[in-house]
Amino acid sequence: MTLKSLLLSVVASLAALSAQADTMKMAVTTSFANSGLADVILPEIEIDTGIEVQLLIVGTGQALKLGEQGDVDAVLVHSRAAEEAFVEGGYGTHRREIMYNDFVIIGPSSDPAASGAADEAIGALAAIAGAEADFVSRGDDSGTHKMELRLWDAAGVDLAGDWYKAVGQGMGAALNTASGMNAYILSDRASWLNFGNKGDLAIVFEGDPVLFNQYAYLPVNPELHAHVRNDLAQKLENWLTSDRAAELINGYAIAGQQLFVFNAQPE
Amino acid sequence: MNDLWAGLAEALRLVLRLDPDLVEITIRSLQVTLTATAIAALIGLPLGAWLSVNRFRFRRVVIALLNALMGLPPVVVGLIVYILLSRAGPFGVLGLLFTPTAMIIAQVIIITPIVASIAHQAIRDLWSEYHDLLISLHTTRAQRIKALLWDSRRALLTAALAGFGRAIGEVGAIMIVGGNIDHATRVLTTAIALETGKGNFALALGLGFVLIALAIAVNLALHMLTRTERSSQW
Repeated sequence: MTLKSLLLSVVASLAALSAQADTMKMAVTTSFANSGLADVILPEIEIDTGIEVQLLIVGTGQALKLGEQGDVDAVLVHSRAAEEAFVEGGYGTHRREIMYNDFVIIGPSSDPAASGAADEAIGALAAIAGAEADFVSRGDDSGTHKMELRLWDAAGVDLAGDWYKAVGQGMGAALNTASGMNAYILSDRASWLNFGNKGDLAIVFEGDPVLFNQYAYLPVNPELHAHVRNDLAQKLENWLTSDRAAELINGYAIAGQQLFVFNAQPE
Repeated sequence: MNDLWAGLAEALRLVLRLDPDLVEITIRSLQVTLTATAIAALIGLPLGAWLSVNRFRFRRVVIALLNALMGLPPVVVGLIVYILLSRAGPFGVLGLLFTPTAMIIAQVIIITPIVASIAHQAIRDLWSEYHDLLISLHTTRAQRIKALLWDSRRALLTAALAGFGRAIGEVGAIMIVGGNIDHATRVLTTAIALETGKGNFALALGLGFVLIALAIAVNLALHMLTRTERSSQW
């Protein structure tokens, strides 16, 4: 047992060491990873640039926290105000927009609150609140959660009441909860299309421009954390804003639906 | 109910195909948890024996504390280890966060109290039996601990297996300190959490059945190994 344990810990520490070479760590949001886009572009990134990108899949709040502490080399998230605060605080070198997808309102296919009849997203949410229909909120300080709170605020809805359920979990777990309760929920389109446990749920509202969801790339500031691989982060940024990335991102579709729209501006 | 059958079918399919991703995360699960169990045994077994043969002022408090620590919430251990290993934390320079080593550290903290508590209980019973003999032979304290450890090895194996069982199924701590990075720190439990999050219940269950089978296989293997011993008590 002792010899074996020694061997194993040596193997483990070797594995940890070998991960240093040309690998970088990037914190991304659950919605980005759950969309399946990562599985398409990461192998291409490795072929084109030789960089192995290791993803840490967390909410936007935690992703930015990992960047602040220097535990990752770059961050790819979607919550503009928090991103700008991150750069202003000196934690990131700059903010570069890469692409956007959109949010949809999911609910029981019969749509008991008639939220689908609304003209805009705010009206759809007001209808859900008016009917006091069950609504599941991420409640985890993620980009999706922040978007949801902005919309509720614009709709002037007071979020007190049994119908509003904040689960404090990632997109997938929150969708599972909504599916189990047959409740309304705000989700990004990609996570929804990839979700395997839809039950009786369906998209009840979509298409309002306020539901667009901009992803931005933020390299962590090497002046603050000398060990971060800013060279690799820079190389990755060049790839993410390249024509090759545009082609892959715009071409990614699930069930015939395009999920992301590439909108990075050349420098 | 259909999900359960689909999960079983998925587990069979994964195992029969020897899915390379499955093999990789299974080996990593074993590597992390066996290392953690070995380290916890190296610390916990002698600690349990030492507590049995020594009488000191705060012995009862220490033992109560050790027993209480068996219920350490993994997610809190994970958070504390995370803060310590983070680049902004005291051990940040080691760059251990999001590596299998960090996962081993968290699991050692979680299971050492379990190993030590069960070992202490078993050795204490044996000590009451051996006490007069070992004292009359003028054994040193180290000799007593050695004799007790060897003669209660069956019970100590149970202690180690209890630790192994807690660690192999643990997800809260290793999710935080490992980060569930594909091809780096993903293990069976974190993969199950990920697939559940995607709503892929069949795949998640399939991985779950593989995990249960793995735990049974490790336990069986260790029990078969100990049966071959010649000088066993019973």
